[in-house]
Amino acid sequence: MSTFVKFIIDGKICLSEEGKQLIEAAKENDIYIPTLCNYPGIPPKGSCRICTVLINNRPATACTTKVTENMDIKTSTPELEDFRKAVIELLFSEGNHFCPSCERSGNCELQALAYKYRIAVSRFPYFFPERTIESWHPKLIKDHNRCILCKRCIRGIKNNEGKTIFAYGRRGQYLEINIDPETSKNISDELAEQAMNICPVGAILVKEKGFITPIGKRKYDYNIIGSEIENQ
Amino acid sequence: MTKKKKIIATASLAGCFGCHMSFLDIDERILNLIELVEFNKSPINDIKKFTKHCDIGIIEGGCCNDENVHVLKEFRKNCDILISLGECAIMGGLPAMRNGIPLKECLEEAYINGPTVKDVNPQKIIPFDPDIPKILNKVYPCHEIVKIDYFLPGCPPRADLIWNALYALVTGNELLIPYEVFKYD
Repeated sequence: MSTFVKFIIDGKICLSEEGKQLIEAAKENDIYIPTLCNYPGIPPKGSCRICTVLINNRPATACTTKVTENMDIKTSTPELEDFRKAVIELLFSEGNHFCPSCERSGNCELQALAYKYRIAVSRFPYFFPERTIESWHPKLIKDHNRCILCKRCIRGIKNNEGKTIFAYGRRGQYLEINIDPETSKNISDELAEQAMNICPVGAILVKEKGFITPIGKRKYDYNIIGSEIENQ
Repeated sequence: MTKKKKIIATASLAGCFGCHMSFLDIDERILNLIELVEFNKSPINDIKKFTKHCDIGIIEGGCCNDENVHVLKEFRKNCDILISLGECAIMGGLPAMRNGIPLKECLEEAYINGPTVKDVNPQKIIPFDPDIPKILNKVYPCHEIVKIDYFLPGCPPRADLIWNALYALVTGNELLIPYEVFKYD
């Protein structure tokens, strides 16, 4: 039987199973910690750093930290909020995020976080990198302009033999996530849809499924990201 | 006692005029607005040149040619406060989608190789008349050319966002931005 531990988040006494991911433990206690690269049910990666919180006054990512007894966690200080905003702005500057023409707009987690923090403009100069769009696949489109390299698709999407269908290609500033032509050959419609939904941005799209939800009915049109956790 | 009206100028650079259309979507509030402000150089009243110094300049669209840069610098000189209105002014927007393509390729596609032009331009001329504004190597957000004071995102920015921002700026009241009017699309 698992033991429960007591810890404190922003002054609130919380209870959760020992060894649970902090981000999940916080969710159980109706506290939302913003994240981009973390996805429930797949192993954490800690690549986006947005879930950085202060644990006993030291910064650490909430997705890769396990809760222990008497942890004192602060999720929101002015420095942390500014740090989070900076990371989001960096992502907007680093890629080509043209929200008005994106199929994922309104359902995009990166955009929703930018709405949450009311980011009107990036403090960094826009980089406008030269990126390509992979559209050879029969069911999927991989748009490298929008990819934030969070690796959710690599970690979460496997074909029926258990092999990953996404993989890193190239190196350094040219790093990109590609669709593997072999393992992705005969993927089902459900798996393709799953791949699109696991992507926090509009980098993985199922063909002929763009702009399917009208404006006003999309996920983040009226609801702030994380409000479903906080308002439970 | 009548208060001095604030003076507003607006311009559309590399934009589609959608932000100006959204501005007109403030509907009957335009009657309240006209009590508070007067317009100077703007496509709304068709005044082509600044006739006096303005309090607020509203810029739609980024900079894609040297004329855009010239107009933007004129606005900076003639306005106390400059506002970037809409995605194109803020980050280049749709015109900036060409930034990943070399300029030469863009022009060749537009004037020589594109399916609608390849049969009608046998001499393969890319327009170069000195009267035509020179196109820049890429599309620049306004704040990378001059200092911009405020940013109102959206494609187009919601009319309520424009109204709330202008009203707060002109009257000095607190600016309230509800979540549903702060959008990028």
